[in-house]
Amino acid sequence: MLLHAWWAGRGVDPGVAECRRRVSELRLTDLCLFTEARYTRNPALADLHTPFQDHPTALEHFPSGTLVAPPPHLTSPHAWHPAPNPKHP
Amino acid sequence: MPGTLRRTLSILDFALASLLRRKGRNAALLAVYTLVVFVTASLVFFTQAVKREAHQVLADAPGLVVQRTLAGRQDLVPLAWADWVRGLRGVRSVRPRWWGYYYDGAFGANFTVQASEEAALPAGSARIGAGAARILRVKEGDLITLRGHDNLPLLLTVQGILSSDSELVASDLLLLPKEDFQTLFGLPPDQATDLAVDVANPRELPTLAAKIAERYPEARPILHSEILRTYDAIFDWRGGLLVAVLMIAVLCFAIFAWDRAAGLSAEERREIGILKSIGWETSDVLLLKLLEGLAVSLTAFLTGCVLAYGHVFLFSAPLFEGALKGWSVLYPRYRLVPVVDGYQLSLLFLLAVVPYTAATLIPGWRAATVDPDAAMRS
Repeated sequence: MLLHAWWAGRGVDPGVAECRRRVSELRLTDLCLFTEARYTRNPALADLHTPFQDHPTALEHFPSGTLVAPPPHLTSPHAWHPAPNPKHP
Repeated sequence: MPGTLRRTLSILDFALASLLRRKGRNAALLAVYTLVVFVTASLVFFTQAVKREAHQVLADAPGLVVQRTLAGRQDLVPLAWADWVRGLRGVRSVRPRWWGYYYDGAFGANFTVQASEEAALPAGSARIGAGAARILRVKEGDLITLRGHDNLPLLLTVQGILSSDSELVASDLLLLPKEDFQTLFGLPPDQATDLAVDVANPRELPTLAAKIAERYPEARPILHSEILRTYDAIFDWRGGLLVAVLMIAVLCFAIFAWDRAAGLSAEERREIGILKSIGWETSDVLLLKLLEGLAVSLTAFLTGCVLAYGHVFLFSAPLFEGALKGWSVLYPRYRLVPVVDGYQLSLLFLLAVVPYTAATLIPGWRAATVDPDAAMRS
């Protein structure tokens, strides 16, 4: 098993190379793993409101939504957000 | 051969014979044990491989994606932003991206539609992902129809199907010429979905993001490192799928260990009594029980890991397809590059082998320290 993993993992896999080429060409940002909802199709670009947008008090209801944790940049403060000006509350 | 080794091998031989004497019970235990190891190992291998693949595949993703938010939701970005960002020092290129989602009610599939600016794609044609071609049942030269925002059909000739090797990133893609994209969605001509920004020095990205956020407060810059961290978070052991299955697996292993630690059957106690009465030491009995536990747990561990390896890397994890697919009908066909490291195997070994083997010692020690006569009578 370890030998097979080593053997298969040496060099550049043609599938990975083709995916990289496509990502570079089309400037893609996400893997096509969960296509049922847009926030799971493109989790890196989703916002926190999207899963709950269907109607007021809507709950997130797509099955893959239970598998996909929100991206860290949505749940932690951004370094580039300008600090609030204390003179202007 | 040294005496200790010979003694250990003899006890191992006896331990295996002892397990075979109760083959029905042990085979059932081994099958369930192997199944639990198989599911846990499959998940660990799968998540590690997807994480590594995401890092490799998305290495050339844009350095910075600039979105615009309006009332907390993503909105279109004015193209004037692109001109301003292009003027910043250190920016190598700014490429507006036009993309969106299209739900096909007839097939129940969600497609990602993206405008392509390549000259080889004339108006009225499209290049589509291999998964999309499969769902739409079309091949090169066929026509596909999309319903536009004005309810008018948009006819497109399939000019090419993207290589199936790129399904992991482009399975659901419909690449349209820009004019057809705007006809389909009715986007204002001076706006784009977002901006893909590339810089000469990636270390300048946070500074650049801060400048953009300061100039356009409604901008939401997403760094390349954040895109990669998203996939670390999705397949992190603390969240989502992994934590649910790991918790169940830990519980199963705890039940196995508890079952062993709870006590021996009358037959096993009598066997220990006989062994003690014919001259076996307590340490010999403990070694026997240790080797029995090791034989069962190690066999389950090795078999489960090998089966999981085949499941994930040779058959592309078909058992997880249902969970990952959810309600979608479009699922990419891909083969993950095998990745197995010492950390994963140590984690599985610690979880699967150590508690069970350690637990076999407790009842063995308890039975081995009682009087042989009493043990045989019980």
